[in-house]
Amino acid sequence: MVSTESVEYWRWTESRWTNPDLDWKDADIITAGIDVGSVSTQAVVMVDGNLYCYSNMRTGSDSPDSANRAINWALEDTGLTLNKIEYAVGTGYGRVNVPFAKRAITEIACHARGANYMYGPTIRTVLDMGGQDCKAIRCDQRGKVTAFLMNDKCAAGTGRGMEVFADLLQVHINDVGQMSLVDDEPEPVSSTCVVFAKSEAVGLLRKGWSKERVLAAYCAAMAHRVVTLLERLGVENDFAITGGIAKNIGVVSRIEKELEITAPEPNVDPQLAGAIGGALFGKALVEKARKKAG
Amino acid sequence: MVTIGMDYGAKNTKAVIIKNGQILAISSVLSGFDQKASEEQALNKALNNAGITRNKVKHFTATGAGMEATSFANDTVTEISADARGIIAIFPSVRTVIDVGAEEGRAIRLNEIGKVVDFGINEKCAAGAGAFTEAMARALEIDIEKMGELSLKSTKAVPMNAQCTIFAESEVVSLIHQKTPKEDILRAVHDAIADRITSMARRVGIEQDVALIGGVANNIGFIDSMKRNLKCEILVPNDPIKPEFVSAYGAALTAQDRIRG
Repeated sequence: MVSTESVEYWRWTESRWTNPDLDWKDADIITAGIDVGSVSTQAVVMVDGNLYCYSNMRTGSDSPDSANRAINWALEDTGLTLNKIEYAVGTGYGRVNVPFAKRAITEIACHARGANYMYGPTIRTVLDMGGQDCKAIRCDQRGKVTAFLMNDKCAAGTGRGMEVFADLLQVHINDVGQMSLVDDEPEPVSSTCVVFAKSEAVGLLRKGWSKERVLAAYCAAMAHRVVTLLERLGVENDFAITGGIAKNIGVVSRIEKELEITAPEPNVDPQLAGAIGGALFGKALVEKARKKAG
Repeated sequence: MVTIGMDYGAKNTKAVIIKNGQILAISSVLSGFDQKASEEQALNKALNNAGITRNKVKHFTATGAGMEATSFANDTVTEISADARGIIAIFPSVRTVIDVGAEEGRAIRLNEIGKVVDFGINEKCAAGAGAFTEAMARALEIDIEKMGELSLKSTKAVPMNAQCTIFAESEVVSLIHQKTPKEDILRAVHDAIADRITSMARRVGIEQDVALIGGVANNIGFIDSMKRNLKCEILVPNDPIKPEFVSAYGAALTAQDRIRG
């Protein structure tokens, strides 16, 4: 029997998590960060600056609705309710459309702040590989941005480009990185345009290339593209990668190789960096307001 | 004297056969992935149409992105020179020729005797080429040949924010979800590619008369957007040399020039 069910290879796994070691009832300050990106939305709740719960899901066509769904999912079964969150910060592409946020902060600032929390204060360069853009950020020991460069005009070097390839090759997006690790590294495909890379890839498949080799050629092209962005900014150690592509070993290992640098393994989902940064900014704003009030 | 010019484009391989300056036959086949096969196919088709055999051809000049793959041509000519040679034979008054092919856009400025003065190329990004309109036709589920006509029915200019073809695909899908009429989306698509092409042409410098060639010049919606941008009339070749054949025609004329010396 032929299955008529269409497989969405690009669809990455949505997730939520609650920290079993923390109880929000003991907390002094509860804050949230909501990162409404062009492709994914994350809601993070932090209690006294520690990660308490989160959700990570696909952005819908409506930003306020995506923000609401993300926070509701994050809070599910925790007993915590939205009105107990003292300060929520919106970030990302849809940051001004988070209905319950008291403030919107750019994703550049939030990613640097989030990376500082996730990887430690020695991080000086952050590469955020998002769904529809890519940013190279330099920051200080407090996670404050000192310089940045971004590409948001072109799909090359973004998660969206990788989704196109997952669909083309009918490989689940979660498996792309691992599959691309071949022994004999081929020449990269076009790194400037996903449309051209795609037609090159179709040509290579017709020539008899395996999916693995085509993925290797694409991951290498993508790595090269973002390395040129990083080199224009200048890379200072330590270096970390955030965003969805940080979970793709095929791209990460090739960036590391090209830069001769190692990025630390993430201890939490690297897609959360922006939302974590937002929640931490929320905490700082609460503390500031309390201090002012005496 | 019979000569042949062939244009090995990213999407189609085109051939034009001429005899003493007169057009004998044309042909076009999909380039596909086997360039040798498509070359042979286009060549034989054109020879058949002309009713002549290969040994009657005095000189064969190749042009286009895939020209180096030729197994039959005597020599090659750059796309820029072929475009210039072809358009001057059709419209001698042209000073700026804009060629929008499947994967490349070019703007070329000519002097009063048809020599190339300056040119610009976009070969890095699909947003300024036919691949862009093709992807948008696919997203809208519209026959690419009908895009132009339908877009002229548009009553409202809707903005398109995305430049990248991949991002524009998502934008078109969300415009469809917002129930934006297809004709308005199509106009936005044509305006978007016309804006890219116009800014490339402006870097080269635009001087009248202006001609539009390449496959995308068959799209009257795109021509309309270009006219609005340039605020002048635009010459578009028609039978027997349609816009996508100008390069191959220019190559055939170059072949003729080369034997005459």
